[in-house]
Amino acid sequence: MTSRRTFIKAGLLGGLVLGAGGVWYAASREQAPAGRLTRSARSMFQAITPVMLAGMLGEGSGRIERVVDGVERAVAGLSAAAQSELADLFGLLGFYPVRKLLTGIGDWRLATPADIEASLSGWRFHHYALLQGAYAAMHDLVLGAWYAQPESWEAIAYPGPPEVR
Amino acid sequence: MTIRDPIREGLAAGWKVLDASLIESPRTLEADVVIVGTGAGGGIAAEIMTAAGFDVILVEEGPLRSTHDFRMLEAEAYPQLYQESAARKTRDKAINILQGRCVGGSTTVNWASSFRTPAATLAFWRERYGLTEYTPEALQPWFEMVERRLGIGPWERAPNMNNALLRSGATALGIPVGEIRRNVRDCWNLGYCGMGCPTGAKQSMLVTTIPTALGRGATLIHHLRAQRLLSAGARIDALECQPIQADGIHPRQTAVTLRARHFVLAAGAIGTPALLLRSNLPDPYSLTGRRTFLHPTVIAAGQFAKAVHGHAGAPQSLYSDHFLEQYPIDGPLGFKLEVPPLHPVLFSTTLQGFAAEHAEAMRGFAHTHAQLALLRDGFHPESHGGRVELRADGTPVLDYPLNEPIWEGARRALLTMAEIQFAAGAIRVLPVHEQCRGYANWGEAKEGIARLPMKPLLTRVVSAHVMGGAAMSASAETGLTSPDGSLRHVDNVSVFDGSVFPTSIGSNPQLSIYAITARNASILTSRMTGRPAPPLA
Ligand SMILES: Cc1cc2nc3c(=O)[nH]c(=O)nc-3n(C[C@H](O)[C@H](O)[C@H](O)COP(=O)(O)OP(=O)(O)OC[C@H]3O[C@@H](n4cnc5c(N)ncnc54)[C@H](O)[C@@H]3O)c2cc1C
Ligand code: SF4
Repeated sequence: MTSRRTFIKAGLLGGLVLGAGGVWYAASREQAPAGRLTRSARSMFQAITPVMLAGMLGEGSGRIERVVDGVERAVAGLSAAAQSELADLFGLLGFYPVRKLLTGIGDWRLATPADIEASLSGWRFHHYALLQGAYAAMHDLVLGAWYAQPESWEAIAYPGPPEVR
Repeated sequence: MTIRDPIREGLAAGWKVLDASLIESPRTLEADVVIVGTGAGGGIAAEIMTAAGFDVILVEEGPLRSTHDFRMLEAEAYPQLYQESAARKTRDKAINILQGRCVGGSTTVNWASSFRTPAATLAFWRERYGLTEYTPEALQPWFEMVERRLGIGPWERAPNMNNALLRSGATALGIPVGEIRRNVRDCWNLGYCGMGCPTGAKQSMLVTTIPTALGRGATLIHHLRAQRLLSAGARIDALECQPIQADGIHPRQTAVTLRARHFVLAAGAIGTPALLLRSNLPDPYSLTGRRTFLHPTVIAAGQFAKAVHGHAGAPQSLYSDHFLEQYPIDGPLGFKLEVPPLHPVLFSTTLQGFAAEHAEAMRGFAHTHAQLALLRDGFHPESHGGRVELRADGTPVLDYPLNEPIWEGARRALLTMAEIQFAAGAIRVLPVHEQCRGYANWGEAKEGIARLPMKPLLTRVVSAHVMGGAAMSASAETGLTSPDGSLRHVDNVSVFDGSVFPTSIGSNPQLSIYAITARNASILTSRMTGRPAPPLA
């Protein structure tokens, strides 16, 4: 499991790798059709969603997929500049050496919830703004995608929009 | 009761409305006046200038959506009606900015609170920027005219619980609270103003001035981004525009060129300065986009034993200006207290934390009362606001460094809101800050907030009020525009929107924009026609 301290140590090194990473991973970078997440970004969100929404998501079948679809739609609705920034971020986190160094996670599908939670907590308070920004982006995308769905509303006692007309 | 949709009625009646996402071949259109942007400034200018008989083209980068399209769903409203899907951020991502991007601009999605420009703000403008004609008395007829036009008046219904709790807490502490006037007619008290009013009650530009202008023969082109003003000597000859695809995001290659005698820029703060930066017009003092203000806003969420239902009812009906009046206007930053409407997406993404911590706060959603403190930036000698810059693709980004005077005010504001919320009976108060897990009483909050590090990305800062970047001033050294909103160094361009303010307003800005635009558009109209400008309907 990755501790906060590992993160803080990884900061500088991470900065170097991220700086150079752009060149390294560009060649092998996975492309997705317009408006879609890459396969590796999808598997990252599939792993992060139940952790981000722990205590709220519940067991309903297909919920994780619906949240990830919602993330995909949300990303597609952002400005072109924000979309390309996110594509870079997802690309880096999909790039094994960078991901392993920053999160200790080799494969999102094999990571335990505790590993993922530790990663998110590490990014949240990281002194490296890129990782703090990564946390903020995950936070907004996953939570926004869930609470946009009517199936999330009962648990928070939100009745949904009133009838008009 | 049947709900009218003046836009759909007008389209059926044959208004001249073009969707640039569908235009097949390059085009050039000509008019007397081209107005860029259809928000607060663009709407008012369009009504005044069409009343004077000008042939007007309105350009809007966002889509045309109207009353019957508004389904009160965040998943639809943010991507369709807001700049960058309501996720526009400052360069360092420390401030989330809400701005409208649709026909009607931010007025289509705003919360209907209507305040005249504070006298103290106008006094500062007269003293520091030589805006000698900006007195409350001189502006009064303009305020009255737009208030009449937009149905601005007292809110007769009871405030919702979210607002009422601001009053009960403040009153318990001896802090005066006032009632907010709203620009509504026959309001259903639903609380969804931020997603486009589904009843047409909110008197946004979408249901008032724009239908009037289109009914008089103006042309509206939506999905069209004004890209660059082209000059020939001191005159602007044409406006080069870029059609946007149906997705509202990606540009298309077909060029649209607009020619006119006069160009009115009303693309809003950030939007108007960005257009000027792309146009590379003379700017000897390098003022374009500088001093852009936000009313940086901090938030506190209070949990109550009783239900609050902050999603329902007129979003804003009560406020307090007490903390704007504590210090001199250029002293420590004052703040205005209000409450925001609470809806699941905006609330959950604004709230700190994740997993159990976040889930617990969300389970209290219906029992949450939130307060906003809007910091008055631009008056303190070290509050310079932000600067609009262009990305490589020509789109704007605001660089707004949060500095010490802001953080000092933010901490005071978080303390104040917590104290008021506990005085109103909160069982827990959660200032929105990454390192805060909430407090059970005022004593704890007082100690805890005093220790919270005030830093970008830790303290949540948001804004729905973007102002400045093309300031009016009597002096060319401090004002890109003259006191009547005309752009300096060229002959035929005016700026009629929130970007002309030399400081923030210190209050919700829409009514200031309406009235100052009415004044300046009337001055321009009478200069162009040689006759007094006709009043608003
Ligand atoms: C959620 C929300 C709530 C608010 N609540 C209140 C409130 O209760 N009371 C209040 O007083 N104020 C409120 N405001 C603020 C107020 O609505 C704005 O300050 C005001 O509408 C700004 O007017 P404007 O003319 O400067 O710009 P806007 O109204 O923002 O209009 C600018 C328009 O120009 C368009 N545009 C931008 N660039 C281009 C381009 N290059 N080409 C073509 N078109 C372009 C935009 O898409 C937009 O439609 C709120 C704002 C928001 C977002
Ligand atoms: S509260 Fe009134 S103005 Fe706002 S959305 Fe509802 S009906 Fe429209």
